[in-house]
Amino acid sequence: MSTIANFSQQFSLKQSIKLVSLQKVSSALKATLLPLIGIVMFLCFWALSANQIDTSLGKFPGPNAVLTQFSSLYSDHVAEREKADAFYLRQEKRNAERSAKDANFVAKTRNYTGKETFFDQIITSLITVLSGFLAAAFIAIPLGIAIGLNKKLSAAVNPIIQIFKPVSPLAWLPLVTMVVSAVYVSDDPMISKSFLNSMITVSLCSLWPMVINTAIGVSSIPQDLQNVSRVLRLSTRTHIRKIVLPAAIPMIFTGMRLSLSVAWMVLIAAEMLAQNPGLGKFVWDEFQNGSSESLARIMAAVVVIGFIGFLLDRAMLKLQQLVSWDKQNGSI
Amino acid sequence: MDTLLNISHIDMVFPTPTGGFTALKDVDIQLKKNEFISLIGHSGCGKSTVLNIVAGLYQATTGGVLLNNKEVTEPGPERAVVFQNHSLLPWLTSYQNVELAVEQVFGKSKSKAEKREWIEYNLKLVHMDHAMHKRPNEISGGMQQRVGIARALAMQPEILLMDEPFGALDALTRAHMQDSLMEIQQELNNSVIMITHDVDEAVLLSDRIVMMTNGPEATVGEILDVNLERPRNRLSLAKDPEYNRLRAEVLQFLYEKQRKVEKFELKPNKSTKSNSTSSAASS
Repeated sequence: MSTIANFSQQFSLKQSIKLVSLQKVSSALKATLLPLIGIVMFLCFWALSANQIDTSLGKFPGPNAVLTQFSSLYSDHVAEREKADAFYLRQEKRNAERSAKDANFVAKTRNYTGKETFFDQIITSLITVLSGFLAAAFIAIPLGIAIGLNKKLSAAVNPIIQIFKPVSPLAWLPLVTMVVSAVYVSDDPMISKSFLNSMITVSLCSLWPMVINTAIGVSSIPQDLQNVSRVLRLSTRTHIRKIVLPAAIPMIFTGMRLSLSVAWMVLIAAEMLAQNPGLGKFVWDEFQNGSSESLARIMAAVVVIGFIGFLLDRAMLKLQQLVSWDKQNGSI
Repeated sequence: MDTLLNISHIDMVFPTPTGGFTALKDVDIQLKKNEFISLIGHSGCGKSTVLNIVAGLYQATTGGVLLNNKEVTEPGPERAVVFQNHSLLPWLTSYQNVELAVEQVFGKSKSKAEKREWIEYNLKLVHMDHAMHKRPNEISGGMQQRVGIARALAMQPEILLMDEPFGALDALTRAHMQDSLMEIQQELNNSVIMITHDVDEAVLLSDRIVMMTNGPEATVGEILDVNLERPRNRLSLAKDPEYNRLRAEVLQFLYEKQRKVEKFELKPNKSTKSNSTSSAASS
């Protein structure tokens, strides 16, 4: 009797373990398999439809052609790095020889001026977008706080924000270019003008979501918390530091995430026109180049641009979770 | 005994698009030192408005509030407020919430160690020393309100203003909190104005109960002295004839003299009318 009971108990235990593991497997499947199916289906659709499109530069690149271009872009990068290393080695050797012969010789070192590879351009783009974004944040967050705290200022500034917010970066760029070349005059510029142009354009476009969201976050602080601050007679500085900033942090981060994705989109367009050596310029150069590989290279750039945009957003989210007290928020 | 707080003939008129709305009319209340008074009345009668004027969050249209013969014009920690919805800063722990108040009030006059001791003392007083380093969303509603009270007490106010402090809590928790508050009063003997709509709470805790008439133009209807011996115990008081007389008196004021005519009483009539017409049409 007891053995039967024992057996049935064991059996049901086994079954329940099986059930649990099944559930686990199914949720894991949902988490990995479904996105995988989505990607595979997209790749199939892409490969099939690419085959149907004929352009003056040959067939539209399918996934395979793009993959080939990735490896060729990488080998280009490696080859260019080897050339640069060889150049510096030669230069060092030559300088060493000449200074050995002539004690008065002052060695000149020159930078390697080979072309930027795809990976160099990614780095440049990242630096440009981050500096533009940080410059914007530096202005936007204090401005947003001021607007959120002061209803009169908000009423005064609101029309300007509403008008400038929808302006495309392409409209700003010529103006920025002219102003930069007029104002930023130096014989030995630390930073190139094209970098400044695209950076400022990025800033101008990514300013607004941060201003607006910060202002909303600050102005919607619950009345109760403001009353606490009033009863405690907190000074304006303490009020901002202890009440306003923490309360508005979730909204500030929402604004920052929106801004960063806007910044990344704007950057590509700005680089195309400003000829700042980045991903935008890469795309533009390949377009002008018009070789049979160009379209595949541009498509490779598109994939990379999308992927980096995604990573930037994730990084911002991680930062939000790190900084914000509101752990439930910002999971999307 | 001299008057600590004098709420002197205040009127409160709120501007509305259709002209001024007189919420309070000639409200006149005096509070002695170490006295505990409750303001009781139906919702919407302007109890909270009175408290907010005393706190300095609102300005009375006419009349004024004197604390120690000085006019109250702005909020300040000497009139600490316990808000209805705890109003703790959600990003700070219990300790830090109290600390913010202590830093503000005793920032220079107390040393670091003294401040820490004072914060811990106040949290211990409300029995929250076990959850000092928890955030508001990690503790229950009753506990949140305890921390809210600790924060107010830590300001060492001349008068403690409580705006329906236990209104958002369930009945059992509320009873616990009332006992806790009586215990604290036994020790500190603060001057308190408490807003409530709970008759038992008012009789149990107060020295005097100020009953307010219905708004608009709400004012002080009657004032009831509660001369029950302290410490009070809710169980033994339940059979006490004096307690029950006071309770009955407040109930009588609220439900006979100031019976509130609710507007929704009209609505069912309307709907039955429309029902009858529709049923008539269908028949």
